[in-house]
Amino acid sequence: MNPNAYLVLSGIIFSIGAIGVLLRRNAIVAFMSVELMLNAANLAFVTGSRVWGTLDGQTAAFFVMVVAAAEVVVGLAIIITIFRTRNSASVDEASLLRW
Amino acid sequence: MIQTVLNTIPTPSFEYALLSPILVMFLAACLGVLVEAFLPHEKRRFAHLIIVFTAILFAFFAVVLQSGPNGRALVANGTVALDGPGWILQGTILLVAALSALLFAESKIDPLGDAFAARASTLPGGEEEKIATKLGWAQTEIWPLFSFAISGMLLFVTANDLLVLFVALEVMSLPLYLLAGLARRRRLLSQEAALKYFILGALASAILLFGSALTYAYTGSLEFGQISNGISSANNSPGLLTAAIALVAVGMLFKVGAVPFHQWVPDVYTGSPTPVTSFMAGAVKVAAFGGLLRVFYVAFGALVWDWRPLIWVVAGLTMVVGSVIALAQSDFKRMLAYSSVSNGGFILVGFSATSRPAIAAVLIYLIAYAFATVGAFALLTLIREQAGESSTLIRWKGLGKKSPLVAGLMSLFMLSFAGIPLTSGFTAKFGVFTAAISGGATALVLVGVIASAIAAVFYIRVIILMFFSEPIPEGPFVVVPSIFTTIAITASAVVTIILGLFPQVVIDLISSASVFLR
Repeated sequence: MNPNAYLVLSGIIFSIGAIGVLLRRNAIVAFMSVELMLNAANLAFVTGSRVWGTLDGQTAAFFVMVVAAAEVVVGLAIIITIFRTRNSASVDEASLLRW
Repeated sequence: MIQTVLNTIPTPSFEYALLSPILVMFLAACLGVLVEAFLPHEKRRFAHLIIVFTAILFAFFAVVLQSGPNGRALVANGTVALDGPGWILQGTILLVAALSALLFAESKIDPLGDAFAARASTLPGGEEEKIATKLGWAQTEIWPLFSFAISGMLLFVTANDLLVLFVALEVMSLPLYLLAGLARRRRLLSQEAALKYFILGALASAILLFGSALTYAYTGSLEFGQISNGISSANNSPGLLTAAIALVAVGMLFKVGAVPFHQWVPDVYTGSPTPVTSFMAGAVKVAAFGGLLRVFYVAFGALVWDWRPLIWVVAGLTMVVGSVIALAQSDFKRMLAYSSVSNGGFILVGFSATSRPAIAAVLIYLIAYAFATVGAFALLTLIREQAGESSTLIRWKGLGKKSPLVAGLMSLFMLSFAGIPLTSGFTAKFGVFTAAISGGATALVLVGVIASAIAAVFYIRVIILMFFSEPIPEGPFVVVPSIFTTIAITASAVVTIILGLFPQVVIDLISSASVFLR
C-alpha cells in the first residue's frame, strides 16, 4: 500500500470541500462542503494511523465524527433560523453587515 | 490475543485535582442543562447565576492554589500541559469571562430585559416575539452555553495534543456561534452574524483539523512534544510538513482574526449582543492566542526559522490594515472590532520573538487588552437610544457634558488602547516592542509604531467627540446600570490603571512563569 496516494486523495477531497465553501451560495451546501473537509481530514488521519501503526489516528477519526455531528446540530439551528426570517438560505443575501 | 492488546495500552492517568478548573466549568455547564430541563422558567435565571458564578469562583481559586511550581506538569497522559503560561491564561480567561458574565446577567439597562432575545425561535418583528417579550420570558440557555464555552477555552489554552486542541476549539466555538445570534435588538443583524461566524468558523476548524491530520501523517504523533521530536528527526518530504504547518497556521490565525483572515471579525462583533461581543473580544481572544502560542512554540518550535517570517508578514499586515480600516469607521462597535484586529497584530509582534520575555510580553498584552476591551464594551451598553444601544459615533457628540463619568471611563479605555503611558496599553505595547527588538524584528517594530500612531487617531477622535463638541439634540442618553455592570466596569478600569501605574508587579509574576512545558 502506498500511503501517498491516500494522502493525495484526502488533499483532493479537502480542496473540493474548501472550494465548495468559498463558491457555493446556499448555506446548507457550504456547510456540507465543510463536512467534506472534515472527512478528508479523517482519511488523512486513518492513513497516518496505518503508516505509523499507532491507534491515535483512528481514535482521532472517531472524535472528528462526533464533533462533526455536534457541528451539524448548531449549524442547522442557525441556518434554519435564518431561513425562517428571510425565506432563503443564501449566504449572499445575508449582507446587512458590511464595511 | 486480547490480553496482549490490553497490555500495550497503558491505563490512562487522570489528575483530577490539577484539571479541576476545566472540570468544574464543565460540570457547571452540565448542571445548567439540567436546570433548563427541570426548573420552571421563572426560577432558572437565579439558579444559573448561582451555578455559573460559583463555578467561576471555584475554578479561579483552583487555578490560583495549584499554579505554583508544584502544579506544573503534563497531565492526562500528556495531552494537557499545565505549565506557567497555561495557568496564567486559565486565570485570565476566568477573570475576563467573569466580567462578561456580569454583563450577560445585566437586566436593568434595557427596559425590556437582558441583552438576549426573549425567544430565539420567534420571528424577528413577529407577533410571537411581542408576546414573548411582553411575558418577560428569557432565553436562559445562554448560561450553559456560556459555561461550555469557558470550559472549552480553559482546555484550549492548555491542550498539548492536536486532537484535544481541536475538540477544545469546537467546545469553545459552537456555543459562541449560537450566542452570537441571540440579540434582543436588531435581530436580523445578529442572526446574520451567527451565520457568518458559523460558516467561517467551521471552515477554519476544518482547515486546522486537516493540518493536524497531515502533521500526524508526517510525525506519527498528535502530542506536541513528540511532534517536535518527529519534525527534528524526520528528513523526508518537507512538502507535507510545510502544508501541515501552513494549514494549522491558517486555522489558528483565522480564530485570532489576523489579516488576511479577519473579514469575519467586524461583522460578528457588530452583530452579536454586546455582552457576547465583550466575551469574544476578551476571553476568546486570550484563548485563541494562548492556543496559537503553544502550538507554534512547543509543537513547531524546531521550525521557528521557517514560520517566523510568515508571522512577521501577518503581524505587519494585521496592525496596518486593522488600524487603517478602523479610521474609516462611523460605528463604535465596528471600530472596536477593527481595533481588536489591529491589537491582534501587536500581539503577533511579541509572538514573533520566541524568547522567554516575549512570551511574558504577549501574556501581559493579552491581559491588558482583554480587560480594557471588556470595559469599553460594557460602557457601550450604557449609552443608549430608544431603539437600543447608540453605537453611531457621531451621535456621541458632547457625551462628556451629559455624563462625565461614563465619558471619562471610556476615555481611559481609549487611551489604554492607544498605548498612552500610565495605562495598561502602554505597558503592553512597550513589552511586545522591546521583546521584538531583542528578537531582531526592528523593522516590524517600526511598522508597529507607525500603526499605533494611526490607531491613536481614531481612539483620540472618540475622546474629542465626547468632550469637545456640543451635544446634539435628541442624542443618546446614559443609563444607570445595576450592580453587575458597575462591577464589570470598575474592575476593568482598576486593572487598566494598576497595570499602567505598577506594571512591575505583574511583569515579575508573569515573567517567572513564562516557560512552556513540552
